[in-house]
Amino acid sequence: MSQSTPDSTFDVASLVEDVSLKRIGQYVLVIVFIGFFLSPLQTGLMTAFKTNEAVARSIPLAPPSATGFTLGNLEFALEQLSGAFFNSLFMAIPATIGSVLFGSMAAYGLTMVRWRGQMAVLILFLVGIFLPYQAVLVPLARFWNNIFPLASMLAPTFGSLPVVQSYHANLVPLMITHIAYGIPICTILFRSYYQSLPSSLVEAAKIDGASISKIYRRVILPISKPMFGVVFIYQFTQIYNEFLFAFTLITGSDTPEAVVTLILPAVGASTSGVDFGIRMSASFLAAIPTLLIYVAFAEQFAKGLQTEGGA
Amino acid sequence: MGTHETTETTTQSSEEVDWETRLRYFLNSDFVRSSPFWGIPLFIMGVAVYGGMGFNIAISLTDARGLTPPDYSNLDLEMYGQVLGNEAFLTAAQNNLVLLVVFTTICLFLGLFLAILLDQGIRYNNTVQTIYLLPMSLSFVITAQMWLWMFNTNNGLLNIIVTTLGFEPVQWIGNPSIALGSVIFALIWQFSGYTMVVYLAGLRSLPDDQFEAARVDGASTIKTYLRIIVPQMKEASVSAAVVLMVFALKAFTFLYSLTGRYRPPNGTDILATLMVREAFKFGKWAYAASIATYLLILALGVIAPYLYYQYRQGSL
Repeated sequence: MSQSTPDSTFDVASLVEDVSLKRIGQYVLVIVFIGFFLSPLQTGLMTAFKTNEAVARSIPLAPPSATGFTLGNLEFALEQLSGAFFNSLFMAIPATIGSVLFGSMAAYGLTMVRWRGQMAVLILFLVGIFLPYQAVLVPLARFWNNIFPLASMLAPTFGSLPVVQSYHANLVPLMITHIAYGIPICTILFRSYYQSLPSSLVEAAKIDGASISKIYRRVILPISKPMFGVVFIYQFTQIYNEFLFAFTLITGSDTPEAVVTLILPAVGASTSGVDFGIRMSASFLAAIPTLLIYVAFAEQFAKGLQTEGGA
Repeated sequence: MGTHETTETTTQSSEEVDWETRLRYFLNSDFVRSSPFWGIPLFIMGVAVYGGMGFNIAISLTDARGLTPPDYSNLDLEMYGQVLGNEAFLTAAQNNLVLLVVFTTICLFLGLFLAILLDQGIRYNNTVQTIYLLPMSLSFVITAQMWLWMFNTNNGLLNIIVTTLGFEPVQWIGNPSIALGSVIFALIWQFSGYTMVVYLAGLRSLPDDQFEAARVDGASTIKTYLRIIVPQMKEASVSAAVVLMVFALKAFTFLYSLTGRYRPPNGTDILATLMVREAFKFGKWAYAASIATYLLILALGVIAPYLYYQYRQGSL
């Protein structure tokens, strides 16, 4: 924060000092960019509440007129997406917990001990973050469909359970895939946090005779609560928003187990084109879970990104 | 590593016991004791990522297509040659490179610009940062829908602006010669907030006295940034660039959602979209697997120098 003043301080002297041509220019730029980043969102949000006729006639940025306003799009979109919401959360929450937990464990094992070849293992994790998913799509489809058809093995059990249906078993391979591919990034996020902890913390526990797993449970887990928050938020957003694995492992957008990202491109599409009123309603509904998290935890989200960039 | 073993070594000195002691010592070492922590995740990730990659290469050496399982008895590089001889592949590779260079460069410059702007003591800079980063929290599937609407030829916001200014409406996605540019524009919208955040972290980690010293010397703000601050942003630039480039290589989701399902994208085909189309529409598994290997090599071409650089810097 080189020259910046905190948001809260406000005094007249600084305000007077602020009124210069340069200052005004800076604020104009800030506002222009706010417009740039918000206009697609504003356009979408306004369109979500417009009737077909209003969509065709009005400026997308402007709010709907009294006659052009409708909640019909939203109702229709909600009906289309409600099952998919359940599917997405059913898949994304366990997948997030799994990858975050494994990531924390791996990071702990790789920061607190020193052994030859550790760097090689670390590089395996690092490279794993950056590899294109396309390089595993064909094997992934073969593995879950032909070699180890876990979904069809689980389907009877799922059918007899409450709340879930037998088709929800098809989400389990996707869940496991997300856990496996989430481990590298979660590991690196936790690793940079554990490296920043004072080494005396672990040393002291060691001298007291605590075992490696005891140190993890009693010292590291409690102290990494804030980092768990950061990684959880980041990872949940990634998994909920993911499309390619879902597209590969789930047969289609018309299947009952389809997740939100899979269904969205089909909502509001017809032979005559796209009904943007419905499409925009559906887009905002689909965005609600991550938008809520983002608005509530923007700082933690940014922190996750910063660490990833610095990896 | 208790006293128990040491007493044993001193009392008995035959070679066999010595070996046993070493084994015990090994089993008690931090390496073995910490191995459940890193070993289990390594195994899961290793099988899925590296095992999957090996499996992909194995399939790419077969002639697998359609519903018949791959036949591993007759392996050759035939598919790799076929891929290279295909014009669709060359076009996609070219688009990939354009996307890689243009998207990454603009994102870095815009991100740096925004970071410097917000570092000028702008009021509510945290709120502004949140707004600039907002697109990054949304799925590409979602942002693609919004941009489809922005790019719409008849009623899209962009064309309303264009026609208000007195020009003819533009086919942003429909015209193959500008479609890639439109895609890059939308991707910059989504990602420049990310580069901004990386640069802001870099700027804020610099000690304040550098600004003070420059000010005492009478340097202007612009000069201070160009001469003193920006050169120190090298590391942030490199890591952000790598993340952006890797993303550009796999910008599948955005393109797929924006320029449509399985039909060949209109001048915006990249290796990722080509690969998915060949695999999941035409069932040309071996062929698609070899495209994926080329993509993998490209990605490694970006990552390997970066990791080597980080390793040399001692910042891994």
